[in-house]
Amino acid sequence: MTEHSQGAHVHGGITMNTHAEAHAHSHPSWKTYVMIGAVLTIVTAIEVAIFYIPALEPVLVPVLLALSAAKFFLVVFYYMHLKFDNPIFSRVFFSPMVLALVVVVGLIILFKVIPPGWVAG
Amino acid sequence: MNTAVAHGHGPAHPPTSTGQTSYKLGFWVFLGSETLFFGSLIGTYMTYKNESVVGPFPHEILDIPLTTISTFVLLMSSLAMVLALDAVQRGSRKGALTWIMATAGLGATFLGFQAYEFTHFYHAGLTLQTNLFGSSFFVLTGFHGAHVTIGVIWLLALWLDALKGKLPPSRAETLEVAGLYWHFVDIVWIVIFTLIYLLM
Repeated sequence: MTEHSQGAHVHGGITMNTHAEAHAHSHPSWKTYVMIGAVLTIVTAIEVAIFYIPALEPVLVPVLLALSAAKFFLVVFYYMHLKFDNPIFSRVFFSPMVLALVVVVGLIILFKVIPPGWVAG
Repeated sequence: MNTAVAHGHGPAHPPTSTGQTSYKLGFWVFLGSETLFFGSLIGTYMTYKNESVVGPFPHEILDIPLTTISTFVLLMSSLAMVLALDAVQRGSRKGALTWIMATAGLGATFLGFQAYEFTHFYHAGLTLQTNLFGSSFFVLTGFHGAHVTIGVIWLLALWLDALKGKLPPSRAETLEVAGLYWHFVDIVWIVIFTLIYLLM
């Protein structure tokens, strides 16, 4: 047993893990980290390759957004450990992120999709 | 409320209703607020996209091969960061020193690429005041670069801690939170690289 995998302690009915134990639970091994790094590199190479292929221009936007989202979630879930950590961290991170996404999409719709003068009638 | 739980090594936190340390939970809340900060900057860039009436325009000036390399560098810095955390959790001082410095070094390299890019753009006639592209591009990528700079300084401070033997496994959470910040900077760049560079 390593130094950082020692037990939990109870205070006033609340179980409190030691710092070390909190870190030790279920985080991926270094091999998984390296594998994720390789996947991130390969996906980035695919993104850039797609950018230079004229035949793929019609599907450029959805494909690049999908690949970018895949990289984003790989880092968030594995490198930032949200897949393994307490769900409360996911809630406090993804809730404002969804709001930010709504703001970005809202701005794009307001300024790029709705024709000028349409709202004013 | 009890203020500390002394169990042989490292500092302890008082119990919390979530069972999680306030330091880590608070930092996740901060990162949530950062998504709104960068969301507003990205939204502004997207709003002004293709609205510039004078050049230089994105397709004339953005260097995809160069930025691909800097993107790779930042992605690898995230890998180095998790390997640093793994080393600290295992109690490997040598591994911690190596990987924390590697992360900081790769971050500094990314900043070097950004400094080169900004200088090149300036000489090509693109400044903060030139057009809407210049304003929104420099503000967005400049704030991202500032975040990377803070991350590099933070990592160097932690490297000094590790050098002095002040980063034992019981303090792994300190490095984990710095890692959360670093990975966040990485995911923001993942979005910027796609939206600003590849979908120019």
